[in-house]
Amino acid sequence: MKRAINLTLLIFLVLMAGCATAPVQKEPIIPAKRSAAQYAIPEKQQAFYVYDPWEPMNRRIYNFNAVFDEYVFLPVVRAYEFVLPNFAQTGVTNFFNNLTEINNLMNSLLQFKIVKVFNTIGRIACNTTVGLGGLIDVATHEGVQRENEDFGQTLGFYGLGQGPYLVLPLLGPSGVRDTTGLVVDTVVYTLMVNRLIDELDMDNTDEDILKYSLTGLSAIDKRHKQSFRYFMTGSPFEYTIVRKLYHVQREFLIEN
Amino acid sequence: MKRFSWLVFFVFLMSAVWSQAGAYDYPLKDPYLATVIGTPTEFQPKLPEKIDYKMLSFKVFPERVVPSVFWYQRDFRYSLTYQKGEAPLIFVIAGTGSTFYSSSMIFFQKIFYQAGYHVICLSSPTSMNFITTASATSLPGNIIADAADLYRVMTMAWEQVKDRIKVSEFYLTGYSLGASEAAFVAKLDEEKRVFNFKKVLMINPAVSLYTSAKILDEMILAALPGGLKDFNDWLNRVLGRFAEFYKEMGYIDLSHDWLYDIYKRNFRTQSPKRENLATMIGFAFRISSNNMIFTSDVMTNAGLIVPKNLVLGSADSLYEYFRATSTTTFVDYFDELLFPYYKAKHPELTQEKAIDIDSLHYIQAYLEKSPKIGLMGNEDDLILTPQDLNFLKYVFGSRAKIYPYGGHCGNMSYTENVEYMLNFFKR
Repeated sequence: MKRAINLTLLIFLVLMAGCATAPVQKEPIIPAKRSAAQYAIPEKQQAFYVYDPWEPMNRRIYNFNAVFDEYVFLPVVRAYEFVLPNFAQTGVTNFFNNLTEINNLMNSLLQFKIVKVFNTIGRIACNTTVGLGGLIDVATHEGVQRENEDFGQTLGFYGLGQGPYLVLPLLGPSGVRDTTGLVVDTVVYTLMVNRLIDELDMDNTDEDILKYSLTGLSAIDKRHKQSFRYFMTGSPFEYTIVRKLYHVQREFLIEN
Repeated sequence: MKRFSWLVFFVFLMSAVWSQAGAYDYPLKDPYLATVIGTPTEFQPKLPEKIDYKMLSFKVFPERVVPSVFWYQRDFRYSLTYQKGEAPLIFVIAGTGSTFYSSSMIFFQKIFYQAGYHVICLSSPTSMNFITTASATSLPGNIIADAADLYRVMTMAWEQVKDRIKVSEFYLTGYSLGASEAAFVAKLDEEKRVFNFKKVLMINPAVSLYTSAKILDEMILAALPGGLKDFNDWLNRVLGRFAEFYKEMGYIDLSHDWLYDIYKRNFRTQSPKRENLATMIGFAFRISSNNMIFTSDVMTNAGLIVPKNLVLGSADSLYEYFRATSTTTFVDYFDELLFPYYKAKHPELTQEKAIDIDSLHYIQAYLEKSPKIGLMGNEDDLILTPQDLNFLKYVFGSRAKIYPYGGHCGNMSYTENVEYMLNFFKR
């Protein structure tokens, strides 16, 4: 595992270096005819303004993610989609959805969203039993939709702002608040999964293998569900547009 | 007597059926609604959910060095969907700013594939990928030059795929600006004869690029009485409304169906305000024209938005340029980048002449006497003036199929329209 981490780090550094080559300035710079300076208005009144003090770093990570996606992540996902029949892919998605219900449950509780709490408990009970350990999403079929709550939203619910925008390596758009939330959710999820694995009473090596395979599979499943492709919006301003959409989407989720 | 009453009833029924047969039943009668919502799935023909297609690419100008700010634009890209055996090949050209994988293009890809065609989808010459890799001047908007660029990539794409597929004959279509370009490509093909198109269908074309762009440029201001500076407030209001809809409906995906669902739930009795719809359409157009303007400006080092000679790196912030382009219209681009470029080459060129050349008027004689070219349009198309509409009716005569409503491209995927398209190519 340690070697795998080192390798990832190495690839990351190499790619970052590749992305970061500074352009060579040869000729004198002449001010633009229509420079943004002519349209100076306060940031709060700019429709696409998002607080992003670390933009240069974020952009590099964004570019890194795009390259990683193209050469590593998507090829793996495509192989997965090629090998596994559709019903099995859906099964994997349902299985992880069922495991992550723990986050929906905890965060609905923390925000006193009682209907969501009961929906989620019902979903877990139904899908884990009738749905064969979560492989089949019986609850959605019965009309009980999956909730979407995370600790970032809980923090937002208690009035914490989004904070500086942040692009996470491999994971993509986030913010300081939502990254904190992600850490908390991941810890809770991992504790629960480890507890469940303990129940299986396997020897240590097998247990480790199982844990790493689950992590890997859940990453592939996440990417498989996500239709976003880097630089496919056809806009040179994709970074700015995605940043805005991320913020709007989070606001929507917190209000719900 | 009883028999007679049955007869009356029968005649009555028949006449009802007859009068119904002629009625066009696309559900959105308001052109702004139609343009925003498009065609909900329930009114579209049945299509396969997923079809196999290949994303292909090649270099058009091998010696061209694309600036590092566009580091992810290496090759010209397009898609190919093909049949196993021999089949006709149809090229589809996207509308302003759109790419070969935009939702409308994927729709056309499925329609024609299902009808037995090989399909090649091409991004608009006004899209970033086309401007950086395939446009000779990197200044789109001159339809004659754009058609030449299109013809070049079509020829090269054909070279790339011809060993893989068996083609019986060639067809061509496009929507919006892509339709206007298709007409010029068809004309060019009469000289070059690479494809010898059997039939060409123009779907909701612009007659004059300048006129249509001006209409769309101004549309963003419809709900902004105080000008662009009010845009942020307007956007926040609209987003607030969308957040409410999301709360009510429990999902959000900004698809045709989602928008139609909102319309059905909230606006059946009282239509949404026209000016809001107009601003939405204008905003969508502004974004695509901004993408084009920035890309062209950087590619030609024109110094309009980005300081002349400034070399942008792959991780440089483009936010301030985004803000500067937001206040720049397509017409500004025409006046300040495109026209000066051609004026420098041809000093005798006037603005009026440049605008006039950039329209279907320029190839009117060709369009009039070319039975293979057809037109599908709408009476209430937002990008056409009444004169434009009359021009189309006059030039195409019986080859024009004009629907009573549908706005701009709103009804392209409506079942009846699709049937018309497919029959047009079959005839």
